[in-house]
This record gives sequence, structure tokens and C-alpha cells, in this order.
Amino acid sequence: MNENLSVLGVFSLLSILAVGGGAAVLPETKALVVETHHWLTDDQFRDIYGLGQVVPGPNMLMVIVIGYHVTGFLGALMAFVGFFLPAGAISWAASRVWDHFEGSPWRRSLQQGLAPLVVGLMASGTISIARTAIDGRLTIIIAFAVFAGVYCVKKVNPALLVLGGGLVGLALLSGTGAGMPPN
Amino acid sequence: MSPPLPPVPGAAPAAEAPPAYAVPQDVRLWDIFVTFLLIGAISFGGGVVAYLRASLVLKKGWLDEEHFLSALEIAQALPGLNATNMSIIVGDRLRGVAGSIVAFTGMTLPGGSMVLALGVAYAANAHNPYVNAALVGVGAAAVGMLSAVTLQIGHKQLGQMLNVAIIAATVLMVSFLHISLVWVLLTVGPVAVFLFRPRKGDSGEGEGEAS
Repeated sequence: MNENLSVLGVFSLLSILAVGGGAAVLPETKALVVETHHWLTDDQFRDIYGLGQVVPGPNMLMVIVIGYHVTGFLGALMAFVGFFLPAGAISWAASRVWDHFEGSPWRRSLQQGLAPLVVGLMASGTISIARTAIDGRLTIIIAFAVFAGVYCVKKVNPALLVLGGGLVGLALLSGTGAGMPPN
Repeated sequence: MSPPLPPVPGAAPAAEAPPAYAVPQDVRLWDIFVTFLLIGAISFGGGVVAYLRASLVLKKGWLDEEHFLSALEIAQALPGLNATNMSIIVGDRLRGVAGSIVAFTGMTLPGGSMVLALGVAYAANAHNPYVNAALVGVGAAAVGMLSAVTLQIGHKQLGQMLNVAIIAATVLMVSFLHISLVWVLLTVGPVAVFLFRPRKGDSGEGEGEAS
């Protein structure tokens, strides 16, 4: 029971901190889930983040799987409610008062100031996943190929590229024991 | 009963203003749910905003461009994911709290149930070498995608020193000094907003932010 409450607490905190969206809160999610609470290993975090990439909708729905790993289905529910309710309530309330600030020059300052902060957080999110996901030549090649595909070919469905990465891994790595949890 | 008046051409005010956009009054909750369910089921890889615009503005006509952008501005400035914040804000504009709830539920139901099913399967196959090999590939691909999305969003800012400095400071604090996000937001956030504070002579028009 305590563990369920702590899942709820951690993801509620992350919810409020998720200024700039899911990728921006990724490094903090990993720090809390892996380093502070030891709910997952580095590799499990990378795997679960990968699962979030292959389903539609927001990638951060993968918090459900993190909750499931801690305490099962109740944990999944706690993670979902924790991650979406506080931020959802704030958005709902703020959207009702936002128009009162119409024309305030500070609205623009807020947007301009937060934009590079969010990009920095997204870059940190990339770094935190890369630290476990990039391990050897093949993973570097896959990452560069997907980067080029998403960045240069605008009309490609990114989920297909991510699935393609999975197939390449399956074809070339399954005999090597890559990604296996240590015994 | 007075006899119906014949239409009088030219009697109406000649230059009637074009009808101003008004929030549609009669959108059914079920319709909101199904619309967001579809967006939630087909939007892959962070492109949710494009799907939202195509559906809400172009197909359904529930919002005009201006109101869509203003809702998006709120969704981006506040904590939470753009996709779910948009569902809550747009649902609220259409049908109040109930609209928010059905829109949010529709948005998260397809991906949420799928990722949970995958997660259960993953937990049951944690020692399967094929599953692990595939996930190594997926993880590497995710790094490529995240860096591409980060660069797509950030490339406009890389030309301005102030933006580059804020990005670098944020990355340094989070990734290398491992400072908690709370402190990063509370320190870098106000400083960054202050550096972009309104100045006298600003007309309020963006000088390079056309999007």
C-alpha cells in the first residue's frame, strides 16, 4: 500500500514539473525511478521508454508500465492518475483565467524564456536515454538512421522507424545476449 | 397572424460584419469522445499537434485557427503534455468539465491500453533473448527520434546567443551536475523569462517567431 502511495507521489511531482511536455521531464523521471527509488534498472527504463514509442498517443503513457512494474495494476493506475491529474487540473483551471492576461507583454516573455529551457530539457532527456541505449556500433548506426529518417524525411511515420529499429535489433542482436538482465 | 413580409432586397444593412467565431454550442459528448479517441489512436511519435489541428480545425470546425493557437499556447506554457492539455482545454471550451473528461479519456485510452498490454507482456518475457534484442534496437531508435525532435524544435533558437546560453546552462545542470529539475525550473526559468522581459518600444509583434 505504501508503495502505491509513493508511486502516486512521485508521478504527481513529475506531473507538476512537466513544463514543456513529456521529453522535458524524462531525465527527472529516470533519476527518480531508477536512482532514487530503484524501481527499475537502467535497462528496464530504456526498454519501457521504447514501449512508449511504439504505441500511439503521448509517449509518456509509458508511466503506466512503470507503475505496473512496481505494484501491478494498482500501481499502473496510480502512475496514470499521478502523472495526468495534477497537470490536467492546472491546465483546466489556467485555461479559464488565461484570457484575462490577453495582451500582457509578459505572456510573450514567458513563452520566449521557456522555449530554450524546454529545448535544453529535451536534450537532457535524449542524453539520459542515450546513456543506456547507446552501447556498441549497431545501436549508434540505428540511432543515426532514425535521426536522419525523422529529421530529413518529413513524411515518414516515426513509429515505423522505431519498429524498424526493433527488427534490426531482433535480426542482428538476438544471438548475442544484448539487453539481457544480468543474472 | 400577419402575412409574411416579402423579402426586401437591400433593406438589410449593406455591409454586415462577417460572423465572428463562436464556440459551437451543440457538440455532443459522444462526438468529442470519438474525435479524440481517433486522434489518440493514430497520432504517433510526438506529432500530436498536427493531428489535432487537422481534426479540430479543418475537419470538425470546432475551433478556428486563432483559437486553436491560443489553446496551444496555454497547453505548451503549462505543466503536462501538449496532447492531454489540449484535450482538456478544448473539451472544456466545447462542453465544460464533462467535455474535458471525455476528451482526455479518448486521447489516452488507445495508447494507454496498448502500452499496458505491451508492458504486461514485457514483464512476462524479461528473460527472452529475442524480446531483449528487439528492445535494444527500439531503444537506440528512440534516441535517434528524440534527438531529431529536439533539433526540429530547437533549430530556430540556435542562431541566437541568449537561447544557446539558456539551452547549454539547462543541459549542464540536468545532465552533468545532476541538479534536481525543481531547482533548474526555479532558477533558470525566472532568469530566462527576465532576460526576455518586455522592453519599451516592443510592439508586441514577434520579430522572428512566425509559426
